[in-house]
Amino acid sequence: MFQKKTNVLALCILSLIVLATITAQWWLPFSPTNIDPEKRLTAPSFDHWFGTDDFGRDVFARTVVAAQVSLAVGGIVALFATVIGTTIGLVSGYFRKVDFILMRVIDGFLAFPALLLALALVAALGGSLINIIIALTLAFFPVMARVVRSATLQVKNESYIEAARTTGASHFVVITRYIFPNILSPVIVQSTFIFAKAILAEAALSFLGVGVDPSTPTWGSMLQEAQIYLTIAPWYSIFPGLGIVITVLALNLLGDGLRDAFDPHQVKRKPRTKVA
Amino acid sequence: MLKVDNLHVHLDTSDGIVKAVDGVTFSIEAGETIGIVGESGSGKSVLAHSLMRLNPEPPATYPKGKVYVNDRNVLQMNKKELRHLRGNQVAMVFQDPMSSLNPVFKVGKQLIEGIQAHRKRPKKEAKEKAIELLRDVGIPDPESRIDSYPHQFSGGMRQRVLIAMALASEPKLLVADEPTTALDVTIQAQVLDLLKQIQHKYGAAILIITHDLGVVAQLADRILVMYAGRIVEFGSTQDIFYRTAMPYTWSLLRSIPTAGAKRRLIPIDGQPPSLIHPPKGCNFEPRCPFATDACRHIDPDLEPRGDGHQAACILSASEFESIKEEVASS
Amino acid sequence: MLQYTIRRLLSVIPVMFVVSVIVFMIVHLTPGNPALIILGEDTSPKAIADLEEQLGLNDPLYIQFFNWLSQVITGDLGTSVYSERKVTELIFSNFRPTFSLMSLSMILLLVIAIPAAIAIVALRKTVLDPIFTSVSLLGVSIPDFWLAILLVLGFGVALPVFPVAGYVPLTEGMGAWLYHLLLPAFVLAIVEVGIIARMLRDSMLESVNQDYTKTALAKGIKEREVLVRHVFANALIPTTTVLGATVAGLLGGTVIIETLFTIPGIGQLLIDSIHRRDYPVVQGVVLFIAAIYVLVNLLVDLLYTFLDPRIRYD
Repeated sequence: MFQKKTNVLALCILSLIVLATITAQWWLPFSPTNIDPEKRLTAPSFDHWFGTDDFGRDVFARTVVAAQVSLAVGGIVALFATVIGTTIGLVSGYFRKVDFILMRVIDGFLAFPALLLALALVAALGGSLINIIIALTLAFFPVMARVVRSATLQVKNESYIEAARTTGASHFVVITRYIFPNILSPVIVQSTFIFAKAILAEAALSFLGVGVDPSTPTWGSMLQEAQIYLTIAPWYSIFPGLGIVITVLALNLLGDGLRDAFDPHQVKRKPRTKVA
Repeated sequence: MLKVDNLHVHLDTSDGIVKAVDGVTFSIEAGETIGIVGESGSGKSVLAHSLMRLNPEPPATYPKGKVYVNDRNVLQMNKKELRHLRGNQVAMVFQDPMSSLNPVFKVGKQLIEGIQAHRKRPKKEAKEKAIELLRDVGIPDPESRIDSYPHQFSGGMRQRVLIAMALASEPKLLVADEPTTALDVTIQAQVLDLLKQIQHKYGAAILIITHDLGVVAQLADRILVMYAGRIVEFGSTQDIFYRTAMPYTWSLLRSIPTAGAKRRLIPIDGQPPSLIHPPKGCNFEPRCPFATDACRHIDPDLEPRGDGHQAACILSASEFESIKEEVASS
Repeated sequence: MLQYTIRRLLSVIPVMFVVSVIVFMIVHLTPGNPALIILGEDTSPKAIADLEEQLGLNDPLYIQFFNWLSQVITGDLGTSVYSERKVTELIFSNFRPTFSLMSLSMILLLVIAIPAAIAIVALRKTVLDPIFTSVSLLGVSIPDFWLAILLVLGFGVALPVFPVAGYVPLTEGMGAWLYHLLLPAFVLAIVEVGIIARMLRDSMLESVNQDYTKTALAKGIKEREVLVRHVFANALIPTTTVLGATVAGLLGGTVIIETLFTIPGIGQLLIDSIHRRDYPVVQGVVLFIAAIYVLVNLLVDLLYTFLDPRIRYD
């Protein structure tokens, strides 16, 4: 996975963002919550690289700190959706009897556009960090379940699985030791994409005003606050958006790169032509 | 009508340059049937595709040599001239009838497309021509079969459709690239029979490419044996079968079953050489049961063996003949 | 084929059942007393008890579900707590702008994505292809609402070409309708353009290397014609499978785009109802959108079998 330059690049960007946002309090020149009424909506300058917001707070500091919520939500949702989706997918793909019921439930979940399901759930549960994670997990686990199920169905018919069964391995052992390691690559690729989609969805929810408590800066809520000042303070709308784009782009780049690295059928730039 | 002169085709891959065709010269006269025989990887398909310049470029390049069709060099044609050549003067029947027809279009539509490609005519006339072609290749009930999709035909019938398509503009040369490889043995014979009839009716020259000497034995006037991108033996079918002058051809003959003969089939040991870094001496030397020390240093050219028969081997015909029995029994 | 169609039609029933369970549960997951939440903290206990009665909150959950489901099946989605209008009525009066927006988006989407994919494949040996791949990746990484903000900044503020808000029904003239809808429809489409064009390109590149493409070239047909006719026709079939997901993206996107451009569609109805805690409307809209999505997926599946003769004649 490190052979591809884009993978290395994507990992570097992501590490840099994680490092920057975790250590933010020690190196940021301004506190993200420091209000300065005299400096409301000032344009980017040498002091305030990304300008200031309507409370005179430093947009750069807020953009950096906002990554914490986005990455936390995206990462945890990716983890939960992967664990739940993989479990359901493995069980569904392996045991024919429960497959029908489980897949109808998954189909039911997939009948909602992900963002809409998350929106309705957050509306019902209330907009806390935990509820957002629950809502987005419910919105994204069905895709993972589908992917894992079809991969399981493929692997299940391989002769080494049959061989394992004939030596008397239990279903649990066959699933965890034989099938799971062989479906790991689509799982990893898919979880990277869920990570990216969850960040986008969290930002959208915050932007719609049903997200995390507004006192915590997030990219989505910053963009919502910035919207009314769009004409007089465009920088306020631009930089938090750039934060989203760079993070999500790096994740998508990584996902694409991993998929190419795992997929032996991928066409290389220079084809390895067999002379027939 | 076709003249290939010292043709080189290279494939530029991530591992290096593959010399798929490495200096091939031969010609075909009108109405003649020539067989090109070789293992997979010998460059025979690349050679066949070069005749219409159908190898994807990249990776293919043509660093040296000429391919003349009716005295015009194919390798120097522009797009328009190539289009005029393809399907019109030279037509091709591909190896796999399952994948060589477009699955989403009706057979008739694909036939008519080929008919209209070189001579525009009213739709009704083109359709009639398509039906006539299908009848010529032995498809029963062509009037209704013309509205079928490829998947509704069996493999042998699809190969017949492909042959019909190749005949659409009554080409002077028909290139058949392993036309029977993907088919059942009984169907193979039918398709070969059909090719013979076609040649009789349309008077086209046929270049048939195969790994199976048995296929060309009954069809070809002359046979060209290819190994590692080069011609290693060339002669009339009689020459190749009964006056074999090159150890590779001899090994190939020993590896095919012959009707009635109760003898053991002997596979050729080893793998064809790398076409990126070919051996220094004779290409066949590593696998050759006749090889001597000299073969590791000398890269033999095609030498005449009389009567247009040529072979690339340092052993003369008499030398080869004298030690053949000895090698065969060891 | 007929058998498949019937089976596919029947498969909608379990899916819609699960969908209705989920929609029902969404509202009943709400922590606390829904009646209290709807009416607010300082309401008399009697008013709360009345509303509980009206919403049937005192029955066991499964009874509530089947009561609600039997109403839904007869086409009754309940009454808005806020406006006291029928939910079905609200949905239908708000659906027209949404439908306008989505249709225009879909048209833009296809008009941009199809020629783009064909051009990319035709010029695949040039530098255009890697550029396109990067741009399409960027496309799926940009939040649509942020792109909307940028476009509003560009075409509404800096170069005021398009209006940045509002909706004019088609009945008041095609020009005005298009003028107001073009910017939001473009924003809605652009993310999906990347996905569709990429899918089409990948399928076409696969098709380019197939034997039948070589056969067509060997017949002496122009490369451009082979690309448009043979390669494209084959690539279209796998591409239809992502059309369903595209519609899901558009449906999800309308919620944001309508809010941003103040288009009075069902997306805005949903957001307003969420803020008003008007749960019958939230439930109704979510169910409605899911039903549309299920329907679209059904149509896409049937279209797929219709496009592929290998399935059609089996």
